[in-house]
Amino acid sequence: MPTDLHEPNLALHVEDLTVSYHAKPVLWDIDFDIPPGVMAAIVGPNGAGKSTLIKSVLGLAPPIAGHVTLFGRPYKAIRKRVGYVPQRSSVDWDFPTTALDVVTMGLYGQLGWCRWPGRRERARAMDALEQVGMQAFAQRQISQLSGGQQQRVFLARALIQNADIYFLDEPMAGVDAPTERAIVNILRALRDAGKTVIVVHHDLQTVRSYFDWMLILNVRVIAQGPVEEVYTAENLKRAYGGQIALLDSVLAPDSGEKP
Amino acid sequence: MTLMALLGDYTLQNVALGALFLGLISGVLGSFAVLRKQSLLGDTLSHAALPGICLGFIVTGARHMGSLLLGALFTGTLAALLVMALTRYSRLKTDAALGIVLSTFFALGVVLLSYIQGTGNAAQGGLDAFLFGQAAATLRSDLWVMAAITAIALTLVGLCWKEFKLVCFDPGFASTQGLPVLLLETVLTVMIALAVVVGLQMVGVVLMAAMIIAPAVAARQWSRRLEVMVPLAAVFGMVAGLSGALASTLGRGLATGPLIIIVVSLLVLASLLFAPGRGLVWSWLLRLRQRRELHHQHVLTTLHRLASRHDDHAFYAEQGLLEGVHGTAVRPALKVLAQRGMVTLSTQASRQPRYWQLTLEGQQEAERILTALERGGANS
Repeated sequence: MPTDLHEPNLALHVEDLTVSYHAKPVLWDIDFDIPPGVMAAIVGPNGAGKSTLIKSVLGLAPPIAGHVTLFGRPYKAIRKRVGYVPQRSSVDWDFPTTALDVVTMGLYGQLGWCRWPGRRERARAMDALEQVGMQAFAQRQISQLSGGQQQRVFLARALIQNADIYFLDEPMAGVDAPTERAIVNILRALRDAGKTVIVVHHDLQTVRSYFDWMLILNVRVIAQGPVEEVYTAENLKRAYGGQIALLDSVLAPDSGEKP
Repeated sequence: MTLMALLGDYTLQNVALGALFLGLISGVLGSFAVLRKQSLLGDTLSHAALPGICLGFIVTGARHMGSLLLGALFTGTLAALLVMALTRYSRLKTDAALGIVLSTFFALGVVLLSYIQGTGNAAQGGLDAFLFGQAAATLRSDLWVMAAITAIALTLVGLCWKEFKLVCFDPGFASTQGLPVLLLETVLTVMIALAVVVGLQMVGVVLMAAMIIAPAVAARQWSRRLEVMVPLAAVFGMVAGLSGALASTLGRGLATGPLIIIVVSLLVLASLLFAPGRGLVWSWLLRLRQRRELHHQHVLTTLHRLASRHDDHAFYAEQGLLEGVHGTAVRPALKVLAQRGMVTLSTQASRQPRYWQLTLEGQQEAERILTALERGGANS
């Protein structure tokens, strides 16, 4: 077995990835690369396989074929350098726990077996909550948080890991405008610190103002690269097909704020 | 019988201790099952224990506790793994998988039971007691088995507390933390089978599900953190166990197992109704108070509107007019508002009809409410 790294200069390298749910392919022969230090959006219509792509990279959805490397290594070897923010709706927010406790869960992997989180872990969790502006809600039962606050807690749980590459699944879905701004600012700060941020994003309107790299997906890869090259009417039409009405407004000159 | 005599009673001691172990283990493990939305797992596993008990009897040919429980553990675990495999690899949803496995294993158990009864083996007498439990038959040696199983389960939960917690809350994230999610889920499930084995003698296969679900559901009502919920569920389970055991001494031949289940069900009922924050009575009272408050605000702003329409902040509104506007009695609301100093009853007219007037304070409050409403409307 070769010990040298496969594409070590890429933050994420995906080759021939195919994932299916029963007989129906969700992702078909995906090839794409994301360089380190960018903030990348994965966009595509509903059912395009955006979430599945992230899950597959993280070993949560078993692929039929293909392979994935992060910084030249397989995911399992560098798991500790990878942060993950799942979709907010993927968990039951009525679970009996507090915001601080959820953030502490981001350290469970580092803590190791049979060890209970202690004062140091709680202090780090508090720092992470402060980073997302949620320190006042540390002891709040998670069911009593608003959608935007829950999303910030999830983000803090990933930040506490101090990873090099972050995967976020629809972090801006169903959050209020101030939360969306806060999340974008945090993600930009991560990118500016040299981290790689990969976001499943649903809002084409804001792609150009938020991101510098993008992957357009619809079961297959439609286009990938820097946003200014990839964000074209032709590419978006190929991905979104009939939903042209929606595209007309999106393709108008940039409506979002510039960084 | 005096209390001292009761406590000295050998059978009762056994039953009470057994019930305590049962309450402890089922409260703790049931909490995780309920949070994983697998409440019915206990039901399936306990029914699946019946064929195991029968197999244990057939193999050894005697009613030997160890072999019966080993058989129960074996088929219970088999059923648990089958449920996991069905939900993972087939298109069946969890509830369907649980239902199918439950009925199949239980049918198998009843067939084996009737077969054993047909063989005329004298030793088989009382094997059907496992259907509804026979707490009075608990022996000291059985207690040792139950204590050992409880100790193993509690140790595991203590050592892997944060792992179990994370797997219950967010299995996907648990996997990215490097936790062996499948293994942890399997251990949690198999431990439910262990709890069932502890409960077979006490409450039987049919009622065991309640012991898994009820203490956890009751405890969830009172707690905001898993670190509180699990110990509380254990306490509820033990209280129910002990109360059931003591209650069964009140009358001749009262069955302990069903009594335990009745006590724990009462705990659930009380918790669903009265737990602060989550209880039905609590939220009903809260809703009532909110509605009344809204009604007060409504009446106040109506007065304000009338006053500003007449360009007279000291406008006197007739009570009948206000009733007409609201379509309901407004007297109670006006009385409360008067107590708060926001409205006053007209001084010169002490007889019917009554006339009400906004005070300065009431006017300010009405304006505050209206601006808050407008601001809220502009935001949404």
